[in-house]
Amino acid sequence: MSIIYMLLAISVVVALVFFAAFIFSVRKGQYDDTYTPSVRMLFEDELVKNTESSAEKNQQSITNHSDRKSK
Amino acid sequence: MESCYHCGDSCGEHALAHRSKFFCCSGCKTVYDILHENNLSYYYDLDKSPGNTPKDFKGRFDYLNNPEIKAKLLDFDEQATQIASFTIPAIHCSSCIWMLENLSKLRTAIKSTQVNFPEKSVRITYNAEEISLKDVVELLCMLGYEPVISLDDFNKKERNTDRSLIYKLGIAGFAFGNIMFLSFPEYFEVEEFWLDRYKPVFRALMLIFSIPVVVYSARDYFISAFKSLRSRMLNIDVPITLGILVLFLRSCYEVITNTGTGFFDSLAGLIFFLLLGKLFQQKTYAYLSFERDYKSYFPIAVTRLETEGTQRETQIPVYEIKPQDRILIRNGELIPVDGILIKGDGLIDYSFVTGEAEPVSKKTGDTVFAGGKQQGGILELSVTKAVEQSYLTQLWSNEIFQKERQNELDSLTTKISKHFTLGVLGIALAASLFWWFVDPSKILHVFTAVLIVACPCALALSAPFTLGNLLRITGKHKLYLKDAGVLEQLADIDTVVFDKTGTLTSASKEAIRYSGESLTEHEESLLTNTLRASNHPLSRSLYSMFQDYKIKFLDDFEEEPGMGITGTLKKQEIRVGSYAFVNALPPEKQQLADSHTSVHIATQTGYKGCYTFQSTYRGALKLVFRELSKTAELVILSGDNDSEQSKLNRLLDVPVAMHFNQKPEDKLKFIKSLQQQGKKVMMIGDGLNDSGALAQSDVGIAISENVNVFSPACDGILDASRFEQLPAFIKLARNGKRVIKWSFVLSLLYNVVGLALAVSGNLKPVYAAILMPLSSISIVAFTTLCTYYFGNRLKKPEEDETIFKS
Repeated sequence: MSIIYMLLAISVVVALVFFAAFIFSVRKGQYDDTYTPSVRMLFEDELVKNTESSAEKNQQSITNHSDRKSK
Repeated sequence: MESCYHCGDSCGEHALAHRSKFFCCSGCKTVYDILHENNLSYYYDLDKSPGNTPKDFKGRFDYLNNPEIKAKLLDFDEQATQIASFTIPAIHCSSCIWMLENLSKLRTAIKSTQVNFPEKSVRITYNAEEISLKDVVELLCMLGYEPVISLDDFNKKERNTDRSLIYKLGIAGFAFGNIMFLSFPEYFEVEEFWLDRYKPVFRALMLIFSIPVVVYSARDYFISAFKSLRSRMLNIDVPITLGILVLFLRSCYEVITNTGTGFFDSLAGLIFFLLLGKLFQQKTYAYLSFERDYKSYFPIAVTRLETEGTQRETQIPVYEIKPQDRILIRNGELIPVDGILIKGDGLIDYSFVTGEAEPVSKKTGDTVFAGGKQQGGILELSVTKAVEQSYLTQLWSNEIFQKERQNELDSLTTKISKHFTLGVLGIALAASLFWWFVDPSKILHVFTAVLIVACPCALALSAPFTLGNLLRITGKHKLYLKDAGVLEQLADIDTVVFDKTGTLTSASKEAIRYSGESLTEHEESLLTNTLRASNHPLSRSLYSMFQDYKIKFLDDFEEEPGMGITGTLKKQEIRVGSYAFVNALPPEKQQLADSHTSVHIATQTGYKGCYTFQSTYRGALKLVFRELSKTAELVILSGDNDSEQSKLNRLLDVPVAMHFNQKPEDKLKFIKSLQQQGKKVMMIGDGLNDSGALAQSDVGIAISENVNVFSPACDGILDASRFEQLPAFIKLARNGKRVIKWSFVLSLLYNVVGLALAVSGNLKPVYAAILMPLSSISIVAFTTLCTYYFGNRLKKPEEDETIFKS
């Protein structure tokens, strides 16, 4: 009936796995900011396909604006 | 009236209509256009009018090209990857988070951005080969998110957030749960063959789980108790440590000798709850800083004029300024060092340092002190002292800023724990003595049981939970306190000292009165347009009074710094400024000009009249003073002259001591002398000139029109709109102290029950395992209910303040 050793060992190992996960998440800084992620997850994903060319166009339009502003 | 689609401000008469939306200014419109063209208009769907009006930034960030400064600002710098973090006070809603985290859609060179909302900071990863730091900062500015870069960033320390409490709590919680699970069979005393057989295994596991809890999680209590004993004190951590040690040793003894289960579950639970209380009390406002000194306001770089060889301007870090250097100060820049004015007319706004609202004019050859802001043209200064030796910065070498305050010494918990510890030891000894005669074999059992059950877990939790709750409540009402200790201090206050300018008077609402010939509509329009062109603070506040006139472009505009402005439109001229500038002032008005800040107006037809600025006292002043005077002595300390004394006397109908012409050091000394008379002093101030007094006082509260922007080092920051609730906050702190006392009584009742069990020798592990969490949880529930009851008494103030105008 030494199966109980096995059961105890398994329960302790499972507990330790969760404990390690907790330590890991703290170390990664997941507990440093507990507010922003809650807002971030509500944003819509990818509204627009951001291709290489559109990003270039974006840069151009910004430069135009800053030129206009400085005038 | 339309409100701006971008920033939500009212647009006034000159709303810009664009794509069927309205904007208050071209800046807001530009940001909208950028976002719209880049398919980022989701920004406006998240929150209504989320934007900030971008400010002019041209040339202001040139110093970011200086490699030394750049190196100081970057967190990480390696070939094609650079990481910089900035504090951006403008971050205020989910749109802001979204916008800043999508910067990479505007510039591909920005790889990623991450916002920390509670800290109002952003971490930007970019590629320096494609975009410079200056461009990144200017992009932020262009979108209305101007980062704050100050001298403080120059000495940026590696930010190592202290996560040890979370680790300790995690370990204690982990062990608590597992030990409880392992001791479950023993709780019910099941007579089951296999469980009985494996009892030693279960117990050994419990012992192993409890070791890290005692060694690591409870470490702070051992250290604190040791320190307290060394200084011959008995703080609350002494009986706690005693309890923990006895629990652990007795449990180990029982397990090793196989005589019982021990109290490992209670031990882990006790430490878990204690740490939970600690975490709860640790409520902080990440974006507010209570430790700021002048460095947070001083610029990081300054323009130096190279005099050797060819004349040119270079941007150098402020710390590199040496005496005899020539530096340039532009309009709106802060003067970081003491110096002598070489060229240009200085009109220096010292409101930041002295609290005095009026700018001081300086001529060539005059000495200029650090901390002032130049209003007007460019100044050339010859530096006389380096930053650390300047007049203003010297204040921080006062020992009061080095000292860390010990609030703990006279906290309620410490006071009671002394009697408590002695009482518990007395009972333990008396019980042992009793059993000596009855049954000597039980002595050790009873003695340890008393110490275990008396371990003041509930007692130690009363204060953290009460104060932690109150911190949250005051935070909701816009009084942001540094820590829980401040609340206990606040309850004992018997003297309240006020600064005048900016504290009793409101900085934003100045009463403006006109006396003289009334102006025609045409003249008023001309005046408005002339004022519009000027950046002088007086012009700005006067302009805000007239804003409804249509914008016309002047034919001619001249500004003489320190004197006044002249505007010409269609051969009509208007002169606005000091008496000497408009050069006509009837003698009977002379009196008026002396005692108040005034702006005189003259057209080519002659002198018209003058606008007089008067400081406006906060609406609830009279009520606040009346309320406070019931329980405290009141004092006003002002850096200003005594011209306002009679007005204040009229306004306040309670006795108030007033002292004028107080320098920053005088204020500090005054507070000290009050404290030497045994008074508990609360200082309420706003400027850097009060920072000495704020640090010296028992409770220093900085009052602030915008809590994100400015506050000197202090114990708490109060939003100016909640000034009238000051007496209510003190009352709340006093009620909080009462709640702590009640919960002490409650937790002592639990101890009496526990002690009765312990003394009679009937304490079983299962009783301890029930009693300990039960007492802790009921104390937490009790304090929470009480504090919320008292917190609800703090009513929200009515929105519109009534202003006293004289």
